[in-house]
Amino acid sequence: MSDPDPIPPGPQPDATPAPAKPKPASAAQRLSAERQRQARRRVLHTVLLSGGVLGAALSGWLPLAYAQRQRLRPPGALDEKDFLASCIKCGQCVQVCPVQAIRLADLVDGFGVGVPHIDAREQACDFSCDAVQCILACPTGALTYHKPEFLQPRAGAGLAAKPVLKAKQKDPEPTLNLTERIGIARLTRPESCLAMQGKGFKGQTRGAGFKGRLRYMDVDRWKPIPVADHPYDVPECDLCVRECPVTQAISIETLTLADGTKRRQPVVHEPCVGCGVCEMVCPVEQAAIEVVPREVWRA
Amino acid sequence: MNNPLQKRFFEQIGQLFGREPTRPDEADISPAAQKIHLFKQGNRDFIAEKKHARAHAVKKNTWRNRRWATLITANLLFVLSYGLDVQLLEGSLTASRFIGFHLIDLNSALQVMLAHKHIIVNLLIGTGTVLLGWALLGGRTFCSWVCPYHLLAEWAEKLHLYLAEKKLVTDAPIDRRLRGVFWLVFALLALATGYTVYEAISPTGILSRALIYGPGLALLWVIALLAFEVFFSRRAWCRYACPIGLTYGVVGIVSPLRVKYTLEGCFHEGDCRKVCLVPHVLDTVIKGRAVDSEVPIGPDCTRCGLCVDTCPSGSLKFEVKGLSKLL
Repeated sequence: MSDPDPIPPGPQPDATPAPAKPKPASAAQRLSAERQRQARRRVLHTVLLSGGVLGAALSGWLPLAYAQRQRLRPPGALDEKDFLASCIKCGQCVQVCPVQAIRLADLVDGFGVGVPHIDAREQACDFSCDAVQCILACPTGALTYHKPEFLQPRAGAGLAAKPVLKAKQKDPEPTLNLTERIGIARLTRPESCLAMQGKGFKGQTRGAGFKGRLRYMDVDRWKPIPVADHPYDVPECDLCVRECPVTQAISIETLTLADGTKRRQPVVHEPCVGCGVCEMVCPVEQAAIEVVPREVWRA
Repeated sequence: MNNPLQKRFFEQIGQLFGREPTRPDEADISPAAQKIHLFKQGNRDFIAEKKHARAHAVKKNTWRNRRWATLITANLLFVLSYGLDVQLLEGSLTASRFIGFHLIDLNSALQVMLAHKHIIVNLLIGTGTVLLGWALLGGRTFCSWVCPYHLLAEWAEKLHLYLAEKKLVTDAPIDRRLRGVFWLVFALLALATGYTVYEAISPTGILSRALIYGPGLALLWVIALLAFEVFFSRRAWCRYACPIGLTYGVVGIVSPLRVKYTLEGCFHEGDCRKVCLVPHVLDTVIKGRAVDSEVPIGPDCTRCGLCVDTCPSGSLKFEVKGLSKLL
């Protein structure tokens, strides 16, 4: 380089020459040795900074590349790879959500710092915004009503019809503008389901300390309240059906088993969008019903 | 634009990508500037004037205070918009909405476009308004007037300088071409992985989200960067690494708002270069280097105004190109 040390920005590294020798080095030699030392330090620090930055960047990406666990994304999210590519990590979806269902991932979550996801058990999306505000807020189309041509929905991910919201049933336009599901609810732990055991449920589901909120139409259409403030008393537990925000997405059916015995069981139907309210309100630990992210409907 | 300035204009673009400034040939210095250079040589009146100015120097923080107030207000606006549900400025620094208008950070938008390989209208609108805004205000103005990391790094720099004065740390400069390399690497990574890899380590994004949505462990990375700057290399991230800075630097190449250097009154003491984040842009203030009697400072300048505050002779001033002619 023509001018390797244009400006000494701070005090210089100690310019004292090497310990006194019989024959002291000339000023030019000393300067040259100092320059060499500076050049070495410069290379070292360049390597240090580059290594640190690239290492950190890759460590932020690798867990994502190998992520095994699927996350529930906000409604209208593109398929995982496209979603991760197009999300700009601004959090506008977080800001508009009336129940704060959407959270941004942190460093240790291992799937991208600042990428939004929903932990349905903690706080499900209950569509209390009526219009899927997060999709409206997204500036990059990572959440979208209408996918671009080259990103067609996977088979079974598309909804047969626009979901009808129970809350909007009396409105002139009762549907939710959503064409694709987030996932599908599955009875993953049937053995712990209260309905299947023929049990009812009384009290606060999820306990008094639970912070999750839900819109209860009989309380206030426009203001979701804490689930803990809405105790239940039902002879047969049907919380997942009762609180499901979408019509005809889940029901409790009587099933006849092979040996002729009859059994009650929650059954998920095609209109299920995978919002996760059933998972949030399920009174048993761990939830008997869960949303499988990105799951498709198989007839 | 006359010839010496034209040549310098392109040199400054080279400096943005890491070229070191060089002493201009005499042929590249305008006759007017040569006259002033000659006049100053061994001029006793001028030296007396310099000593007088030195004795009566008043420390000002006018522009720094204005800038800090702007930076804090901008970030506070984000925080309050969500925290108090004011909804003036929603989102965070990577992408936001100001009273409904999309504003999208250019570097983040670029990363998303490269990763996703598809561009939607909102993204284009948001990027367009921001592009126009920063092209007018001077690209890197974003750095010193908005970026929250800049403020933290400024405080870390004070600590670094204090420790350096005590001879506990030394500043090791790093090759400035590294920033261009990082920019390219992260662009290619976005393209190849289909993921905005840079966002995972962007201190701007991490800090902005931490302020608005609450702190997270990602802040550890920001702390590590600050520690590196305090103990090893002064302002290392902003000087040698940040791809956002380079993106905005390029945007600000044609900006009419800039710091202008006037050769005539300058005492060539270099106070401005001691406080500057990017001292190579102030190479022109070195005795004998100014190519004209008035020289605009190049695109890597963040318009932070520290040099304007510190200059004892008023030789460095903010100007809007063409405005003085218009008035």
